[in-house]
Amino acid sequence: MAKIEMTVNGRVTSANVEDRTLLVDYLREEKNLTGTHVGCDTSQCGSCVVHVDGKAVKSCTMLAAQAAGSEIRTIEGLAGDDQLHPMQEAFRNNHGLQCGFCTPGMIMTAVDMVNRLGPKLDEKTIRAELEGNICRCTGYHNIVKSIAAGAKAMGKGMKKAAE
Amino acid sequence: MGIEGIGARVLRKEDKRFITGQGRYTDDHKVAGMHYAAFVRSPHAHAKIKKINSKSASQMSGVVGIFDGKQLTGDGIGNIICGWMIHSKDGSPMNMGAWSALATEYVRYVGDAVAVVIAESLAEAKAAAEAVDVDYKVLKSVIKAEDAIKDGAPQLHPEAKNNTIYDWEIGDEAGVDAAFAKAANIVEMDIENNRLVPNAMEPRSALAEYDAAEDHFTLHTTSQNPHVARLVLSAFYQVAPENKLRVIAPDVGGGFGSKIYIYPEEIVCLWAAKRARVKAVKWTSDRSEAFITDAHGRDHVSKAKMAFDANNKILGFKVDTIANLGAYMSLFSSSVPTYLYATLLSGQYNIENIHCNVRTVYTNTVPVDAYRGAGRPEATYLVERMMETAARQLGVDPAELRRTNFVREFPHQTPVIMCYDAGDYEASLSAAMEAADYANFEKRRKKSARKGMLRGIGMSCYIEACGIAPSAAVGSLGAGVGLWESAEVRVNPVGTVEVLTGSHSHGQGHETTFGQLVSDRFGLPSENIQIVHGDTDKVQFGMGTYGSRSGAVGMSAIEKALDKVEAKAKKIAAHMLEASEGDIEIKDGEVSVKGTDKKLLWHEVCLGAYTGHNLPEGMEPGLKEGAFYDPTNFTFPAGCYICEVEVDPDTGTTTIEKFVAADDFGKIINPMIVEGQVHGGVAQGIGQALMEHAVYDDEGQLLSASYMDYTMPRADDLPSFNVSTTETACPGNPLGIKGCGEAGAIGSPPAVINAITNAIGHNNLSMPASPHNVWAAVQAGE
Repeated sequence: MAKIEMTVNGRVTSANVEDRTLLVDYLREEKNLTGTHVGCDTSQCGSCVVHVDGKAVKSCTMLAAQAAGSEIRTIEGLAGDDQLHPMQEAFRNNHGLQCGFCTPGMIMTAVDMVNRLGPKLDEKTIRAELEGNICRCTGYHNIVKSIAAGAKAMGKGMKKAAE
Repeated sequence: MGIEGIGARVLRKEDKRFITGQGRYTDDHKVAGMHYAAFVRSPHAHAKIKKINSKSASQMSGVVGIFDGKQLTGDGIGNIICGWMIHSKDGSPMNMGAWSALATEYVRYVGDAVAVVIAESLAEAKAAAEAVDVDYKVLKSVIKAEDAIKDGAPQLHPEAKNNTIYDWEIGDEAGVDAAFAKAANIVEMDIENNRLVPNAMEPRSALAEYDAAEDHFTLHTTSQNPHVARLVLSAFYQVAPENKLRVIAPDVGGGFGSKIYIYPEEIVCLWAAKRARVKAVKWTSDRSEAFITDAHGRDHVSKAKMAFDANNKILGFKVDTIANLGAYMSLFSSSVPTYLYATLLSGQYNIENIHCNVRTVYTNTVPVDAYRGAGRPEATYLVERMMETAARQLGVDPAELRRTNFVREFPHQTPVIMCYDAGDYEASLSAAMEAADYANFEKRRKKSARKGMLRGIGMSCYIEACGIAPSAAVGSLGAGVGLWESAEVRVNPVGTVEVLTGSHSHGQGHETTFGQLVSDRFGLPSENIQIVHGDTDKVQFGMGTYGSRSGAVGMSAIEKALDKVEAKAKKIAAHMLEASEGDIEIKDGEVSVKGTDKKLLWHEVCLGAYTGHNLPEGMEPGLKEGAFYDPTNFTFPAGCYICEVEVDPDTGTTTIEKFVAADDFGKIINPMIVEGQVHGGVAQGIGQALMEHAVYDDEGQLLSASYMDYTMPRADDLPSFNVSTTETACPGNPLGIKGCGEAGAIGSPPAVINAITNAIGHNNLSMPASPHNVWAAVQAGE
């Protein structure tokens, strides 16, 4: 057992966890943040993507203890209360989801994609960058559209903030 | 039409919770006193259980109980059944072997459940499950269907000699043979349809709660049909009577057929919660566990031949199929390779003589059942590869050969049961060819050739039968249930509306599209409408969602209930306004007398229904109506898919350059949702054609049992799709709609393979057309 402290969605939290506890299990079971999903057991599907210190990480690949001291952001904390992040808005406006299970991971990956590569993303880049996220419902067609639109909207937001 | 009515691209109401992480899937639910289940599973494909030693495991930390199959059957829990009776051609009923939710004497596939551990934490349950010592006598196993029917093959069930479940036929064999005798040309093919794993992204899960004081169970589970689950759990598995069992299917993360069935795990969690005297037991599948327990799909091998006259008209079609059903008969497994398959062998074509023989067999593999399309993809793959191959062999343009043989008059009775009600196959073929710029393909082929690449184009003109199905018809064919749907429309005193439906949404967007019907009918805003589904305590009954039935059957039930509500509301309004009922009009939230300025607001009429102060003589208060809708026929979506590929002959890599889908789904409620269904279906079909394959070794170990080994289509494997629709209204239901959920997966595999075989210049290629297989086919030549 280890006592760990981390910031989750802006709040400092601490807990005693077993050494083997994965970050995803800590978030889902200890923090009740069930928006982060588990879709596989080989770190392939990306349903569990969260941001650790601002970078997209599959939370099934990391022990909770390794995240001690880090800032974690999950889908629940992506936007403020009653607000939607532009990427969330884009997934809704472009029918970028069906069953919704892979969606939180997709959105967290997409936001990271824009943070790293900027708001102008072409289809080829988006498809290549989604290599670590599997969706079984949409055929990715509308996910790609959603991410392009969300990136553009984030770009406008960045520009506005810069001004 | 209001902006949120029928035909509008309404954004989805359910999305808010999913994009913010507020969706509530089964595994997200927790209850006080919850324990965890872990299953002890067979590592052998076929073995006799000599002894189960759980003594030391049961003393491990947190363990409250370890149970096996003898205890399960000892408590009177019934065997898992197949709900569709098929008779062999000699009249004998299918040979169903016993399937206990926990194996009693024998295990028959890797993953077969032998025992369950109930413990306080998941880690403790898993650790103890590892420690349960099962002594097996390993037996010889058989994996391939063709091997299982051979004399001397290992036998799985005493009920099924030579592992044969049934030997069934459809059509007039003598007529077909006579047609072949006068043929000018005969085209023959051996075709395999590769075994797939459905892979809904949410793994299956069950949370069984037991209330000892009330002797009552509540099951949260990943189900496409919670009422069917309750019925089967009660009537056949004897877990609890229906009035003592509530089944809830909350948010469900995809199904594609794999969540229709009632699996051993749900049965065991319910039974074990009571037996272990705990408040609740939860089990959630790992992905690795899903690969070896979720029902697989497809797995057919067929020999087919088609006879043509001198004018290239099809004279006859003869097919012999062996279908692998795995180790046990899953819920609908018997119907898939028979009535959902051979009845579609006429395709879009006028074929007078068809005969199909189907043998289904047991093998030491995971049970096989319906997966998106279920039987219809197998039929379409056969018919459309045959048409393309025939065109090449006969030296005619593939589009022309299809045109020569299209059904052009409706209704059209095929020789294999189905009666096509409406369609225009020429329209979808033309639309697809235009969208694909078919005419200029040769230019593009030359351009690719200059880069050393092989370019190919292939088409598939599919038809499928969905919106299952007329209850009397399926009953006569052996179905154990009726396939109607029910709905209830509850109008509240303030005029808001709740629709309770027996359909279940696990990605289809019912909360949006079903609401559009109400919005359209009464002109109400969508925020005033709530769709309720997935809970046996709330919805009276329902048959659930599969077979592309929620639109054609589920929505038709809602339409029927809305008719009744509208009629009663008009009666009340006529009485309140002192007008004639026939003059009342309900529109944009107002109830008015036609041609006058007399009107009431919608909610005033609803309130009037509930106060009962001023109702017509003898009328009951309230405004709530239910309906059961039983379809009169299947619906027959049809269309044309064209795929264009570029193949790198040096690596065997196939790139899909273009994929065009032109579908006829009849009237469309929400085009955005329909397009999404096509995108997803096509992606699964391309997955089958290019990469997906459940591969067993000779000992029955599933080699492709994780996402490291089973290739799921990813974003960079697929193009953006060119999707459009043509329309012939379905005459069989009040909305004129046809099912759209499976078409993409049904129509696309042959289009892809026809394109690749066109590129490589010969036909010798099986699915999946992986780089290795394509490279080998290029090297081998014809």
